[in-house]
Amino acid sequence: MAGYGGDGVGKRWSPGRLVPGLRPLRRGRWLEGGGGLLLWGLLLALAVARHDRLLALPSRGLDHWLAALTLVGVLVGLWVWSFREGRREEGERRGRFWRRFRRNRLAVAGVGLIVLFYLAALLAPLLTPFDPTYQPAFQAGEMELRLAEPSGAHLMGTDQFSRDILSRILYGARISLSIGFLAVGISVTLGTILGAVAGYLGGIVDDLVMRLVDMFMAFPRVVLVIAVVAVFQPSIFLIIGVLALTQWPFTARIVRGEILSLREREFTEAARALGFSRSRIIFRHLLPNVMAPVIVVATLGIGHTIVLEAGLSFLGFGVQPPTPSWGSMVADGRDYLLDAWWIATFPGLAIVTVVLAFNLVGDGLRDALDPRQRGQGGAP
Amino acid sequence: MLSYALRRILYAIPLVLGVATILFFVLNLAPGDPLALYMGPGVSPEAMERIRQNLGLDQSLPVRYGRWLLAFLQGDFGYSLTRNQPVRDLILGALPPTLLLTGGAVALAFLMGIALGVVQAVRQYSALDSLLSALALFFYSMPSFWLAIMLILIFSVNARNLWGWPVHFPPSGMTSAGHDLMGFWGQLKDRAAHLVLPTLSLTLVLAGGIARYVRTSMLEVIRQDYVRTARAKGLPEHRVILTHALRNALIPVITLFGIYFPFLLSGAVFIEHVFSWPGMGKLLVDAILQRDYPVVLAGSFLFAVMVVVGNLLADLLYGWVDPRIRYGRHPGGPRPTARSGTA
Repeated sequence: MAGYGGDGVGKRWSPGRLVPGLRPLRRGRWLEGGGGLLLWGLLLALAVARHDRLLALPSRGLDHWLAALTLVGVLVGLWVWSFREGRREEGERRGRFWRRFRRNRLAVAGVGLIVLFYLAALLAPLLTPFDPTYQPAFQAGEMELRLAEPSGAHLMGTDQFSRDILSRILYGARISLSIGFLAVGISVTLGTILGAVAGYLGGIVDDLVMRLVDMFMAFPRVVLVIAVVAVFQPSIFLIIGVLALTQWPFTARIVRGEILSLREREFTEAARALGFSRSRIIFRHLLPNVMAPVIVVATLGIGHTIVLEAGLSFLGFGVQPPTPSWGSMVADGRDYLLDAWWIATFPGLAIVTVVLAFNLVGDGLRDALDPRQRGQGGAP
Repeated sequence: MLSYALRRILYAIPLVLGVATILFFVLNLAPGDPLALYMGPGVSPEAMERIRQNLGLDQSLPVRYGRWLLAFLQGDFGYSLTRNQPVRDLILGALPPTLLLTGGAVALAFLMGIALGVVQAVRQYSALDSLLSALALFFYSMPSFWLAIMLILIFSVNARNLWGWPVHFPPSGMTSAGHDLMGFWGQLKDRAAHLVLPTLSLTLVLAGGIARYVRTSMLEVIRQDYVRTARAKGLPEHRVILTHALRNALIPVITLFGIYFPFLLSGAVFIEHVFSWPGMGKLLVDAILQRDYPVVLAGSFLFAVMVVVGNLLADLLYGWVDPRIRYGRHPGGPRPTARSGTA
């Protein structure tokens, strides 16, 4: 690391190293620098502002510990990044993908939004001004807080039980984001494996899998999901499972199509000639080549799954009250449209923002990873 | 063409049967006694047993499945458990409102989406293109039920109470309370007013996706040589775009129609719920809530049939417009996919 001079690379404790983001910012890399600095500042401010909650940690539950852990983890992570950044040569690790992706400002903004939402979900116990189930009207006799308009104390107003909307949105983010992430994770894994096996083996296996795919796709997904969730007791695991089981055909179909063309390529033939086993060819040689479209499908799929989960909650088939979820908050607000527009509006805006972010990132990934796919426009 | 059509139709039959079978078993595997509805303090065990026998529930599952399938194929969907009406009557009553709503929304959405997509492609990278792209993505990312509620808030609730707009729309139902007393034109106006908000909620979400798709499809076609030839021949620009480019750009859009069909029906489930629209979606959700299984089975089966028929029509249309894709292709082969699930 010698000989790099200028902004204190040689010195061990320079501001450029202690304050994450400062060094990239000085070098004119405003994106990483600004992002790092902003995140670092916000988290430190949060830690200071909520020191009372952090100190009361021993008496709190698991999600407070998780939030504190996230806070410390991200802070430490930023510092480590800042230290290592000092040793790194300019542009050393940035690959073609990252260069292409960051040119798309909207997609980068989408990544920022997604990071913020996930952080908000994890840090909810520290962030929220009120407990999401706290009802001051009934627990403290402050009746005027029912259906209170947005104000300084309640930035997004309160609902019919005088609960704080902002706090409920932050807690609701946990439900939406974790269900979206897990359901898509499971479905993409399942779809990739089934699609690859079907595409490579062909014959009866292919026929069987593809008939199953067609059958699932013939179904209005919402109806199947609602029917299953309503018939059994709605629980978060059932919802994740059903969403995953109805989503995999979309991945399987794309992966199979890719594998069908890869199967005929020379490198596959070479692998076959070398006597590799079928599973080795599928998992080591073919699958890495279909990851690009799979990642795009997964990103866009999380957005759709969040919308679908919100819809389930909206109809009352989702996560059950009093656990806050965005869809059920919109449903609550629907009954009070005459008196309190804010109840339905803000949770809906949260859904739109997150889904928009995932769609922007998905589009950006598609352009950066696989320009060929561009022709498939609005269709993930 | 005929053999292709026949092959596709033959292929659709087992598909629909498979869907019905899955549904049957999912509903029958549900925990709880379907006869819980009839249970009460005044009902003796013998009476319960009689009801069980009458409904055929004392038989084993495979026997019940065989009987149900046989009746189902003959168009006998059984009786609703909660409304004491044949399921067929309920469905026949709910179908027209849904077709009215979704049909109008599809037509409007495709008109709007295609028009916007073409404008965007022709003016690529202009401010208008960016603005429309942003709008399309915004509506595309929106849950339809929330859009519906926002439209009610703006054009129904606030327009009447807060802002006193001269025009506001009814927030629910298909007709107003005094519908029967209105004259012919009054009734027509009343029905049209009730259609506006539900149709708009479905259309906007749908049009966003279509516009995105048409834009890329159009951009691809515009780059091709024959379009340059058309321009070189001295044709006016609007003819180059509308007759030469658009016609080819629309071919893949046909597939979009088949793909958006399930999406549309799903959207109808939420929209009908929000607007209390007396259609299939509302019937289905209400039946699921009341555990009225015969209605659930028949209703979702009909949804599946509609999806399969929609896809079939799209495929046949596609094969007719573009004969290249007809031969030697796997029926389930690659084609563009749309948003997989939606609210």
